Amino acid sequence: RRRWGRRPLAARAEPELSELQVVIEAPDPGCDSYPHLGSNEAYHLTVTEPVAILKAYEIWGALRGLETFSQLVHEDDYGSFLVNESEINDFPRFAHRGILLDTSRHYLPLKSILTNLDAMAFNKFNVLHWHIVDDQSFPYQSIYFPELSDKGAYSCNLIYTPADVRLVIEYARLRGIRVIPEFDTPGHTQSWGKGQKDLLTPCYNGGQPSGSFGPVNPILNTTYDFMTKFFKEISSVFPDVYIHLGGDEVDFSCWKSNPEVKAFMKKQGFGSDYAKLESYYIQKILDIVSFYNKGQIIWQEVFDHKAQQVSPDTVVQVWKANNYAHELSSVTGAGFPAVLAAPWYLDYISYGQDWKKYYSVEPLDFPGSEEQKKLLIGGEACLWGEFVDATNLTPRLWPRASAVGERLWSSRNVTNLQDAYRRLTNHRCRMLRRGIAAEPVFVGYCAHEAR
Amino acid sequence: AENESPWGTPCTQLLVYVSMPGCDGFPNLDSKESYKLIVSKGSMLLSAEAIWGALRGLETFSQLVGRDENGTYYINETEIVDFPRFPHRGLLLDTSRHYLPLRAILETLDVMAYNKFNVFHWHIVDDPSFPYESSTFPELSKKGAFNAMTHVYTASDVRAVIKYARLRGIRVIPEFDTPGHTLSWGPGAPGLLTPCYVAQKPSGTYGPINPILNSTYEFVTSLFQEVSSVFPDFFLHLGGDEVDFTCWTSNPKIRAFMKEMGFGEDYRKLESLYIQRLLEIVSSLGKGYIVWQEVFDNDVEVRPDTIIHVWKENLMQYKEEMANVTRAGYHALLSAPWYLNRISYGQDWMEAYKVEPLDFRGSPEQKALVIGGEACMWGEYVDVTNLTPRLW
Repeated sequence: RRRWGRRPLAARAEPELSELQVVIEAPDPGCDSYPHLGSNEAYHLTVTEPVAILKAYEIWGALRGLETFSQLVHEDDYGSFLVNESEINDFPRFAHRGILLDTSRHYLPLKSILTNLDAMAFNKFNVLHWHIVDDQSFPYQSIYFPELSDKGAYSCNLIYTPADVRLVIEYARLRGIRVIPEFDTPGHTQSWGKGQKDLLTPCYNGGQPSGSFGPVNPILNTTYDFMTKFFKEISSVFPDVYIHLGGDEVDFSCWKSNPEVKAFMKKQGFGSDYAKLESYYIQKILDIVSFYNKGQIIWQEVFDHKAQQVSPDTVVQVWKANNYAHELSSVTGAGFPAVLAAPWYLDYISYGQDWKKYYSVEPLDFPGSEEQKKLLIGGEACLWGEFVDATNLTPRLWPRASAVGERLWSSRNVTNLQDAYRRLTNHRCRMLRRGIAAEPVFVGYCAHEAR
Repeated sequence: AENESPWGTPCTQLLVYVSMPGCDGFPNLDSKESYKLIVSKGSMLLSAEAIWGALRGLETFSQLVGRDENGTYYINETEIVDFPRFPHRGLLLDTSRHYLPLRAILETLDVMAYNKFNVFHWHIVDDPSFPYESSTFPELSKKGAFNAMTHVYTASDVRAVIKYARLRGIRVIPEFDTPGHTLSWGPGAPGLLTPCYVAQKPSGTYGPINPILNSTYEFVTSLFQEVSSVFPDFFLHLGGDEVDFTCWTSNPKIRAFMKEMGFGEDYRKLESLYIQRLLEIVSSLGKGYIVWQEVFDNDVEVRPDTIIHVWKENLMQYKEEMANVTRAGYHALLSAPWYLNRISYGQDWMEAYKVEPLDFRGSPEQKALVIGGEACMWGEYVDVTNLTPRLW
């Protein structure tokens, strides 16, 4: 508390705020539990002299309210901290507001991830979609299968140990952020093959194995034995109800080249429709994960390729930019909950104020009934890692992701770009003050920049 | 164990031999940056005509050193004879759109040295802010900086940059861009900028520097006198780009002047008048100058050793401009395909790499007039938070 803004008691004319009372109304406030899709993030904030009151049903709402309160406090030219009398009743428009980080294309040190969780909290994001492994590297240190990271990580020190993972999950929890891991299969798995022999499909060339490998081999029992054990671990390591199972961009050419796979296709009566083989595989993985009482999120291809028995509460993540509104209609029309990522691929950088185009997205702008629209549970800003690591992650993600954050939290009618610009530039300076190296929105300066 | 070492005799020193004295001088356009590096069993020798070549050779030497799995530093036997293709290899930083703290500039100079750049083109002031603390006109930064206490470059800051650069063989060429790009000059120099008119009355807004007043040229003389003494390089960049004529057109006194001079409606002639006087002033101060291409495009009379900075990139038209500039006998500096502030998704370094500066129609004599190029990092969307990863 600044001392030199105060005058002796008798001479004080201005009202002073001396306390912020935080009241959690639910019998079980949730302080020791994990945030989930159904968490109540609503809060009521009343700022009057001398005591302000922040009321929320659950702790998660209190966290959001505290963030708002911190943003209401401003400094005058003399260094006094001020806050206006206010009354705020607030709650998020969408329950799933996420950021995707990719730690396979480039390893991200723990510090980078934790700093990002801070920034997410400043922007009321509540889901970290951790795309933890992929083709290029496998940094997740598995307890049951240590060879996966031993052989698949970029190097022995570029891994996430069980302690690292626990730290991320707890750091996130304290900020009301869910951690949803993604173990993307059957494609995007080159790095898995290094530490798990016979997991991937051997590709053939001219009747002989070529030496290269394709997606996970869907025809072997050993594949499903492995996945059963692997997802048992994942289900217990990650407390969130949901696990993201991937399922995107499966390249069929390797399967097509493999004689055993071809024979299997014939036996199953799949003809030459490899999408059916993909669905066969995915279905078995979904079943394995359901068995561990986890919910599943999958990329849209799984829905597009008509996996027959996908359970109705499987969440479909829509990512393909071309005509995504149409896809949202199809997905919600078929009764599935949807998460929108397509217009928010923040790794696709371009010159100028691109935050405006992210801000202008209206997620519910797709043909559909009221019930359908309710199935759009939220969205995610994705920062794929091909060109991103700790040297450029923070400025590339922030404050551009802030535009997505507001779109997912605020009311549909909060769309004025000039007003948003004013608040966004202010918010960017605030993030800078708090140690987040968010990049500039446009020409200008922040009063408190470091020298 | 020592006996089992796979490496030969350890090398313990690199001998550096420089034939010409000059350690206390400043690098310039004619500085010799060639060097010879010989690494052989038992001796390592770096020789150069000038200290500037030794600096380049030391950088190369540092890049040749490897490290094996056991942590041993090693270097292969090698013989290198090296020299730059182009003598002007520059980087532009913009400290007006966003203030860049001193450490950001110094860090950039370090990385420039790692990449053998030898010119720091300091686009120090522009429309949005005037961070340069002038001793002659202190009001310029007092009224024109984003914050006159925290977002300025003091005389000592500027000296620090020049010194840090010199030790890395880097020339510092400041740009005080006029007559356009000068909005931030207005608050600290009343009467300098042209008042714009709307319906025969001053609108309250301002345009480029007012070219018809004597006070303008007195101001410009004094300012550039200071700049010429603060910055030791022979060259100054005088700007001259993107002059918007609307304000001049709106001002009745200027219109009257145009009529008096018989310029008709061709405001390029008025622009030329200003630029020509500016160039004379700067010449008489003993400096050479670099100007943006508009000065050449608008037929301004310039000295034969003027360097024209080619920056407009519209469908490869810069190649035509390079041809025109060199055909007219002027030296050319290429930036058009290297606007690094224009980011795009993917490995865009390849586009920059593929540029062949001499790929334009012209004689060998013309091609010899191309002294080099500059990568530009304009500051509209760049400050200390994202400068380094965006540039390198």
